[in-house]
Amino acid sequence: MDEFTATSSAPLTNSIGLHARPSVKLTKLAKTFISRIEVAPDENGPWVDAKSIVKVMAVKAAKGTTLHFRAEGPDALAALAALRELVAQNFLGDEADSGEDAQGNAHG
Amino acid sequence: MRKGMRMAELRVTGRVASGGFAAGPVTVFSTGGGAIRGAGEPVAEAQALRDAIAAALEQLWDLAANVGSDGADILAFQTAMLEDETLSETAFAAIGAGVTADRAWRAALDAEIGGYEAADDVHFKARASDLRDIRDRVAGILSGATTEPGPPAGAILVGEDLTPSRFLSMDWSGGGGIALTQGSASGHVATLARARGVPMIVGLDLDLGGLAQRADALIDGASATLTIEPEAATRDDFAARARAAKTSRSAADEFRTRPALTADGTPIAVCINIADPAEVETLDPRICDGIGLVRTEFLFGDKHGLPDEETQYQAYRRLAEWAAGKPVTIRTLDAGADKPIAGLTLDHEANPFLGMRGIRLSLAKPEIFRTQLRALCRAAAHGAVEIMLPMVALPRELELARSHLDEALIGLQAAGVPCRRPELGIMVEVPAAAITVDAFDAAFFSIGSNDLTQYVMAAARDSDAVAELNDPSHPAVLRLIAQVAAYGARVGRKVSLCGDAGGEPRFIEALLAAGLRALSVSAAALGSAKEAIARVNIGGLG
Repeated sequence: MDEFTATSSAPLTNSIGLHARPSVKLTKLAKTFISRIEVAPDENGPWVDAKSIVKVMAVKAAKGTTLHFRAEGPDALAALAALRELVAQNFLGDEADSGEDAQGNAHG
Repeated sequence: MRKGMRMAELRVTGRVASGGFAAGPVTVFSTGGGAIRGAGEPVAEAQALRDAIAAALEQLWDLAANVGSDGADILAFQTAMLEDETLSETAFAAIGAGVTADRAWRAALDAEIGGYEAADDVHFKARASDLRDIRDRVAGILSGATTEPGPPAGAILVGEDLTPSRFLSMDWSGGGGIALTQGSASGHVATLARARGVPMIVGLDLDLGGLAQRADALIDGASATLTIEPEAATRDDFAARARAAKTSRSAADEFRTRPALTADGTPIAVCINIADPAEVETLDPRICDGIGLVRTEFLFGDKHGLPDEETQYQAYRRLAEWAAGKPVTIRTLDAGADKPIAGLTLDHEANPFLGMRGIRLSLAKPEIFRTQLRALCRAAAHGAVEIMLPMVALPRELELARSHLDEALIGLQAAGVPCRRPELGIMVEVPAAAITVDAFDAAFFSIGSNDLTQYVMAAARDSDAVAELNDPSHPAVLRLIAQVAAYGARVGRKVSLCGDAGGEPRFIEALLAAGLRALSVSAAALGSAKEAIARVNIGGLG
């Protein structure tokens, strides 16, 4: 397995999990970095490419899942910080997907 | 005489498979791949898929620009999925292994969709519909895509031979014609061409390699000639002949809408043969006495498997409603021989015309037969649907079919499904059935002159080499027809003829002389058949 220069984890406090809209935002943000970035619902994996929405959606991370990130490359630390922030900010106001009510919104 | 690059006029004569006149640009097609996109090389298939994905993305961007923010979110998800190369990775791998773009794409997406459908979380489950949307959008573009452009409207298709499916996949509404070096005047494509009024000449002695694409061409279906790069005088002559034919056709058109009467006033029932329900959409049911033959193979030729009961019911019901009370004689599946259906008919029969086809195949595959019978009984609740069994040789085959029909009716009635018992009749095309016609307790008899002729004369209908022997007006054939007609008249059972001979003006007098009073012809031949009938004096026939 490749070496990752940085790892971090962020609790997924989003009310409904890593669904369509949060996944679009997460992968779009990941793609703004050069580093290879992976995400997993558990520190033991499975780790998937955080720039691929097909793979991120396949993780099927439900509400309350703790997301783990790892990155390798010149902007690895910045990438992890940004991704953490996105999750911590509840995907920037994306408190609900498919009209579901928000629960445990950190910025309520 | 020859100046510049212009080709000299080239004129070749063959045999007429379908009459009429057509002028247009030549499209030379190869029998293997050709003018219609089939399975291409992996490189071409991969490119086709890449192009289709790019086109689908463009559609999504266009859509996103015109919807509200809710819709845009969904489209943003679909766009992101489609942009992700992971989605198509397995499809491209399959294409590399020789799978067609369409199948590879569907298989890849179906696997992905399965993953979503299996999810516990309803929010993930719900995304399966987005994946299906993506799948169908790209597949739709792929099926309409062509790696090489199809023939332009009104093109003269020139090649060795043409398959029925290729004929049917083309749009003939803008004119055009067919010129073949091989081909057959009595095969399936010729029948289709006559039904659609597409001029077709076969058996041309022509060097296909020496032909230029888009060269000007004229097809003269009266003299069986194909002219490439015609000179001015030839064009003028062609135009004059086409005009004259049109005048005589409009004379026939006058007869078309009237009931058919012989010169001495005997009414003749003239029905139409159809191969596809779409054929009746532009027809007024009042111009004919019903539908004498519905070929149901059109329903079974689909690549998405055999049609279910509901699909068949809807198709038959549409015809019953169109006919508005006039009889609609629907032939049960006549697969086999020159109409193979993948997964149903036997491959590699040494002589498929004498093999497992027609009623023989239906009785061997009772589940498929019963589905068709159920659909027919349901459609019969909406009109005068009649069931006609093809290739019957023995009375036992008719009786076995009747017991399947009984079962279908009992099942429908028990389930409370509206239905009605259709009349059950047989095709008379196997000589054994013609000779022993009095042994069959059929409600009606319809003479299939194409097969009857080829079996009586032992002359294959798809072999041009023995075309002269394949003559429906040979006394051997006519005597059998007369015998069947006489039997029908004696016992009061309807007898008609639904082969191509019924639509050929030159045979009509002989057929009426044999005692027939009902014919079923292609819609395109309705006018000329009625015109020919009007010239016959029944009283004067020996």
